[in-house]
Amino acid sequence: MIRLEKINKTYFGAQPLHVLKGINLHIKEGEMVSIMGASGSGKSTLLNILGILDNYDSGDYYLNGQLVKNLTENQAADMRNQLIGFIFQSFNLIPFKTAMENVALPLYYQNVNRKKRNQLALEYLERFGLKEWADHYPNELSGGQKQRVSMARALVTHPKVILADEPTGALDSKTSAEVMQILREVHQTGITMIIVTHERGIALRTDKIIHLKDGVIENIEINNPETIDFTQEIK
Amino acid sequence: MFDFDGIHEIWQTIARNKTRSLLTAFGVFWGIFLLVVLSSTGNGFENGMMKQVEGVTPNTGFFFTSTTSEPYKGYQKGRSWSMQMSDIEALKEAFPFIKAISPEASVYSSEDKNVVYGSRSGSFTVKGVMPEYNEIEKSKIMKGRFINETDIAANRKVCLLGKKVYTTMFERGENPIGKMVKVNGIYFQVVGVARSYTDNVNINGSIDESVILPFTTMQQVFALGDKINFFALVADDDTPLPDIEEDVMQLIKQRHDIAPTDKDAIRSFNLTEIFKAFKGLFFGIHILIWIVGLGTLMSGIIGVSNIMLVTVKERTREIGVRRAIGAKPKNIITQVLSESLLLTTLAGLVGLCIGVGIMAIVGMITSNMPSDNMMFQDPYMSFKAAVLATIIVILSGLLAGILPALRAIQIKAIDAIREE
Repeated sequence: MIRLEKINKTYFGAQPLHVLKGINLHIKEGEMVSIMGASGSGKSTLLNILGILDNYDSGDYYLNGQLVKNLTENQAADMRNQLIGFIFQSFNLIPFKTAMENVALPLYYQNVNRKKRNQLALEYLERFGLKEWADHYPNELSGGQKQRVSMARALVTHPKVILADEPTGALDSKTSAEVMQILREVHQTGITMIIVTHERGIALRTDKIIHLKDGVIENIEINNPETIDFTQEIK
Repeated sequence: MFDFDGIHEIWQTIARNKTRSLLTAFGVFWGIFLLVVLSSTGNGFENGMMKQVEGVTPNTGFFFTSTTSEPYKGYQKGRSWSMQMSDIEALKEAFPFIKAISPEASVYSSEDKNVVYGSRSGSFTVKGVMPEYNEIEKSKIMKGRFINETDIAANRKVCLLGKKVYTTMFERGENPIGKMVKVNGIYFQVVGVARSYTDNVNINGSIDESVILPFTTMQQVFALGDKINFFALVADDDTPLPDIEEDVMQLIKQRHDIAPTDKDAIRSFNLTEIFKAFKGLFFGIHILIWIVGLGTLMSGIIGVSNIMLVTVKERTREIGVRRAIGAKPKNIITQVLSESLLLTTLAGLVGLCIGVGIMAIVGMITSNMPSDNMMFQDPYMSFKAAVLATIIVILSGLLAGILPALRAIQIKAIDAIREE
């Protein structure tokens, strides 16, 4: 599903910063992997490149068999919209839209009509147990609820890949466990999932942990998440 | 793009910050409102002014005699002279562009109350004119008729009373036609009552306060002789008076052995120049009004643009998230432009409606005021100006949105996420 070949990325600031130094990575369809690394290791940059939010200097990135390189803004927007679902640490819900409208927003940019959009959004909210909260605004929801809304928003377009940037970073351990359980369930429907985290407890619940250090992949740790009880709190 | 969905999406963002949207929109509202009110008020004054001169034909010239200032053909300078009725006839013959021409003269009485009817009396101007005079200084005939050709030919002792003369001399509702009124000691039969269109523009006293006699009758009865010292003429619209004034005067000078270069013996003035000055004045006022109105509108637009820029900055994260979940640059531009367009158009239309509404009320109040002398009438904006104002509002809405929209598309999805 995702193949990175010799990806290099340098930020040219006051002091050029070589963030990614030749990343080679292959993530198969339906895999659930986590990316770990200290701050400054390049994990956010990698996620941005994977999410077509940022471009890279050299190398090749294939997403769903397509080469992602030198895309126009419009092509990038289309690919993001159709292939990728984003889950952010700070949820990034639009404050003046209800839960339902937030979930429906990606469909608006696919020109899905309003009625169908809202109906689909409701279905996804129901799936995450938030049907009664559909008309509430983000500031009326708890952290866990907000993250569930943002997961519904990420999934409503049937993406191939979910990119989650510290999805539990703003949540307590109990809620984190709930969110991870949901992500696991979502993954079991066949969606490829990439989670950036610095919590080992979270990373252990994925199939593979990619350890990033100073812009290179240090090692890849294979987990056996089936042994973990997902209902348990994360330590 | 302008489906209901799009408008809902835009409206949501405008409505989310009501106070700010209202304050932003107020600038545009005020600009258009002022433009409408000022422009309507300008029209009101122009209409009022034009009503004042309603009875006056613009292409009118007045000619009057004085003593000569140059010796000529053996005559000394400083000679007194007068025109005769034959001069008027000669002018009519020589210049086919003359639509109406009439001499005018007044007689004065030593008595204080020169007009008497029964036990009533009053002091009024007594003017002698030709029938054509009614086309030069127009009056409204309220009863009876104006002086006619037969009155002139037969030197009839008839008179036309001004409105005020009638109300002073007669009981309310009393029919004056056929009654005998003593004017400067001589009885004249009343043939009509007239009132002037306006009190503000008149020739030698308002018709309202005058007794009008046939010119020839007056010359005969008051022993004035065949002397004319003042006449007025109206030329057809294709012949502007300033072009022909000199020709008219030269013909008269020639007939009376006056030096062609004599500038004092006969003098003239015409209303064309005055009307032109009026027109120029109102043209200037209208230009001023549009400059002020558009200037105010412009500052409103800059206000909208400014606030939108701040809004875009504030919404960096929201716009970034929209980009991340699939919004194209086109979507973002459309959104910002539409927000600005909707806000300014709504504000502009409200300003237009309230302005027109207020001026309609003002127009109603002023038209119900009884005074004939209103310098203010029908303060309404022309439909053309209203359409123009609407187009300006819509264009300015787009204009106001351009800068913020350009700023908005520079926001990349990554910026929103980095902002954490």
